[in-house]
Amino acid sequence: MEASLIAAVLATAVTAGTPILFAALGEIFTERVGILNLGVEGMMLVGAVTGFIAAYITGNPWLGAAASMLAGGILASIHALLTVTLKANQVVSGLALTIFGTGLSGYLGKPYIGQPLPNPFSVKELPLLSELPIIGPVLFKQDSLVYLSFLLVLLSWIFIFYTKAGLNMRAVGENPGAADSLGVSVSKTRYFYTILGGMLAGLGGAYLSLAYAPAWMENMTAGRGWIAVALVIFATWNPLYALAGAYMFGGIDALGFRMQVLDLHIPSYFLSMMPYICTILVLIITTYRAQKKGVGAPGALGLSYDREER
Amino acid sequence: MNFPITLEKRISASPVASLTIPLISIILALATGAVFLWLAGHDPFKAYSAMFKGGFGTVYGLSETVVKAIPLMICALGISLAFRMQLWNIGAEGQLYMGAFGATWVALTIPDAPSLFLLPAMFCAGMICGGIWGVLPAIPRAYLGVNEIISTLMLNYVAILWVDYLVYGPWKDPEGFNFPLTAQFSENALLPTFGDTRIHAGILFALVIALLIHFGIKYTRWGFEIRIIGLSQNAARYAGMNIPRNIILVMLLSGAVCGLAGMAEVSGLMGRLQHGFSPGYGYTAIIVAWLSKLHPAVIIIVSILFGGLQAGGFSLQSSGVPAAIVSMLQGAILFFVLGGEILTRYRIVFKGSAKKIGGKESWKQAL
Repeated sequence: MEASLIAAVLATAVTAGTPILFAALGEIFTERVGILNLGVEGMMLVGAVTGFIAAYITGNPWLGAAASMLAGGILASIHALLTVTLKANQVVSGLALTIFGTGLSGYLGKPYIGQPLPNPFSVKELPLLSELPIIGPVLFKQDSLVYLSFLLVLLSWIFIFYTKAGLNMRAVGENPGAADSLGVSVSKTRYFYTILGGMLAGLGGAYLSLAYAPAWMENMTAGRGWIAVALVIFATWNPLYALAGAYMFGGIDALGFRMQVLDLHIPSYFLSMMPYICTILVLIITTYRAQKKGVGAPGALGLSYDREER
Repeated sequence: MNFPITLEKRISASPVASLTIPLISIILALATGAVFLWLAGHDPFKAYSAMFKGGFGTVYGLSETVVKAIPLMICALGISLAFRMQLWNIGAEGQLYMGAFGATWVALTIPDAPSLFLLPAMFCAGMICGGIWGVLPAIPRAYLGVNEIISTLMLNYVAILWVDYLVYGPWKDPEGFNFPLTAQFSENALLPTFGDTRIHAGILFALVIALLIHFGIKYTRWGFEIRIIGLSQNAARYAGMNIPRNIILVMLLSGAVCGLAGMAEVSGLMGRLQHGFSPGYGYTAIIVAWLSKLHPAVIIIVSILFGGLQAGGFSLQSSGVPAAIVSMLQGAILFFVLGGEILTRYRIVFKGSAKKIGGKESWKQAL
């Protein structure tokens, strides 16, 4: 393959990986405070549809992105209410969120199926940076949301590992009892980051309907929310690794598409299976490696916190 | 959060609450749905009465409800096996598709075999294919602790794509006007139906499996092991139970039962395999299993309620309400049940009155 083709595939990998990256970043925040939210797929779908509708009506994709974050945040707050205040089972609540979100997005989006978005996010080349060989066309000839995701990854990484608020947040996820005794409000922290996680998942969904494929289709996330949940494990709850993982999955997506174009006589159905099969394989390898190295999930992940049972 | 209320643990689950909460939850979920219907300019009362009529109001509606309840029952029973061991089998949808694939393969390969041989062969093929789909994620789960929620779910997409490949490709009916479906099965490959209805013998599978699970879990040594592992892995390990082996066995059975639901759909209802034949039965069945607290008899009843919701939702479509309202309502019911469940385990105490509580209550808290 010549250089320009490689660059084109890599650029598509970044675009295809960005919705997963936003969602995975959100889930990293959520799981870092000990809340497992399996509703990512549902929040992404509702984000995609509300983002599309808002952008369609106002003609401004940024308002669409804002609406998607609002919608994702509202859905996540239901999960927070159920799992933090009402101490419900996190797995079941997350599944309910996905089922509810799938239905809600289908319901809201029905009149918009097949409508093209008049004003989607478009590619904005960054001056100077886009002139760099290979890296330029791959990373800096993208749309604004991709640049936002770069910034977000860096800021989240600094926040989680190098600030006091990030330390408090991790403490709540590792040992809520200890955090509580130091005066950190476990439930407030958990609410805050669960809702933040939902906002990012909504934004990830909106990236699909506002930039990646600017239209609304039922179930257009096609399992990307679940891939994002798997990616969090792969990334060992670290935003920088999530970036690498998201682009890897984006690359698998893009490669499948390229291979279809090249017409290698592999039915497209098998190429479409690749991201799902790769997710399982990556999960197996990651879990195996994590066991050897001893890096694992936040200590209190999936457990509700009860002061009386401390 | 500084709510003016606190929660106080009950000594044992309140029996009144565990009966009334699901009912209140359904009403609240319907009320939530009504708000959405109203916002979208539909008349909620008209929509709900059309839905009720479509699901339970007529003999035909009722029979369609049962038809939709059959795969829900079988899948929910399969899922309940895995859930009992705290294994989150979210892969029922894929196992259902693979079961349908296995049964279809047999039906298309030996269409002329006598039905006394053909139907059992399809039965077995459906269970084997579903079982394999259940075991694939169980092996890494048993030996490495790989999260089964994600792996079972990912396999759903793979199974659906696999069936799509077949019905759009090599298995497509040459006389099917290019629709994504296989040729009609031979007469011998069809499960009998009851009278003029579309209700098929699959319902008997569901009832037999419910009985087998009930007695298997309650009265066999293996059932005892499953229950103990579900309650406490450490206790089970201490007692010398083989946990990895049980994980694989349970996921094999769970997948096989869900695969049987797929066999019943193609052989009893459609008489062929076709693209997108399940409106998400495998996912709805998760809700059914959870709401039924994994109790086999309750699963049968709750399945019929959810089958009615599904059938009613279909009849709503003709009046312009998207059928997606069904999964919205299902999700909402689950939310309210989950939220309400806390009332079976805790009682609500208002902070203002909490001060007055005397020694008896603080004794309770100490528990």
